[in-house]
Amino acid sequence: MQLSTKHLLGIKDLLPSDISLILSTAQQFKDVLQRPIKKVPSLRDITIVNLFYENSTRTRMSFELAEKRLSADTINFAASGSSVSKGETLLDTVNNILSMKVDMVVMRHSASGAPHFLSKHLPNTSIINAGDGINEHPTQALLDAFSVIEQLGSLEGKKIVLIGDIMHSRVALSNIYLLKKMGAEVMLSGPPTLMPKYIQEAFEVKVEYNLKKALAWCDVANVLRIQLERQNQVLFSSLREYNRAFGVTGKLLNELEKKIVIMHPGPINRGVEIDSEAADSKQSVILKQVENGVAVRMAVLYLLSGKKELNN
Amino acid sequence: MQVLLSAQQLKLTIKRLAFQLLENDDDLNNIVFVGIQPRGVFISEKIMEAVAEIYKEGPIHYGLLDITFYRDDIREELHMPKETTLVHSIEGKKVILIDDVLYTGRTIRAALDALQDFGRPQKVELCVLVNRRFNRELPIQPDFFGIAIDTTSSQKVKVNLEQSEVVLY
Repeated sequence: MQLSTKHLLGIKDLLPSDISLILSTAQQFKDVLQRPIKKVPSLRDITIVNLFYENSTRTRMSFELAEKRLSADTINFAASGSSVSKGETLLDTVNNILSMKVDMVVMRHSASGAPHFLSKHLPNTSIINAGDGINEHPTQALLDAFSVIEQLGSLEGKKIVLIGDIMHSRVALSNIYLLKKMGAEVMLSGPPTLMPKYIQEAFEVKVEYNLKKALAWCDVANVLRIQLERQNQVLFSSLREYNRAFGVTGKLLNELEKKIVIMHPGPINRGVEIDSEAADSKQSVILKQVENGVAVRMAVLYLLSGKKELNN
Repeated sequence: MQVLLSAQQLKLTIKRLAFQLLENDDDLNNIVFVGIQPRGVFISEKIMEAVAEIYKEGPIHYGLLDITFYRDDIREELHMPKETTLVHSIEGKKVILIDDVLYTGRTIRAALDALQDFGRPQKVELCVLVNRRFNRELPIQPDFFGIAIDTTSSQKVKVNLEQSEVVLY
């Protein structure tokens, strides 16, 4: 029982069997998290550094909690307030941290491919991508998958629509890779300006510019955040206009013939991509996603820590 | 291959273990039976069936415990975690751990660690089907056992689920 990879850089590199293994292991960790003592000693010989070159609340806390629940030692690093501002390179920073005998690196970076770059230079350390630029956010896709399975029983044949800023969303890309590998049907919806060209051909996904039609088609709607910080040109005229065309509202959901599952990776821009009625409705599993995130990250850390080479 | 317990002998042994477990305590209210995942499941379920046939006075507390995350050989090999179904509080209760084979004692060590996370039991006892007496690596002994055998480390003891027999090879 082992993952086929030593790092978790992206869902792109995982086999379907890896994904199944992570998700089934996460289920056991979720059970652990329901116990009076929510902690196991599995990683007590492991030290993990959380390297965050970009802001994060949920992912960072979730990883840190997962590490602590596994009894690992953790060090936190934030780019602001560190020697990065003095001009130290990424590789130098990491090498310095690793010389303090660190076994695993959890890393978020605004540059796509930063964890892949590190993995080439640090062959003996497991690197876990916690989001790199507009490339991938693998643990988010895994916890989304876990949450869908929890609601619907499986991914096979399920219809999932990703709504919003597909172009700048690493959550979207990781989700597309994962859902396609696990046999789900994927539809993308959002303004044409935020839809990558050729995405339909590249991934065999559906694209639907009419939100009402997309919602009527799907079993699950994963609503993405409008990433204002990643846009250096105006891709839609105003937030209000975006909300009118692609905002998921309670009213829209009530008009549907069936109850669909509403997901959002957070943080929510209330009143932009989703309104409060939809986000706080019974169909919404947004807070369950956060809860599942800890269990899924525990599974990833546990499964990667088992690699023998780590200790050599 | 040598048959240690035939299907018929296994049936009788399980019945005897059930009687022994009940002999000490006539009130099962304060006892939680815990089968250890994955290989203690078969034998613990059989013993529970036998106990239920004899004991009709009330509910029997029984659950399964997975010890994967408590193992001491995680860096050598990862094992697939299985379900833990222990829902009863073990605080102040007597816990009887049930497994198929006691050999090095490391599984039971991990199980004792895992139990701690469910509360502080008043007492823990160990019941195994096969007690392999040689090559123990930790000071752990069973309170109840089906058969005791002396084996070398190259031999293997297996509880054959299909034929319900215990074999040595």
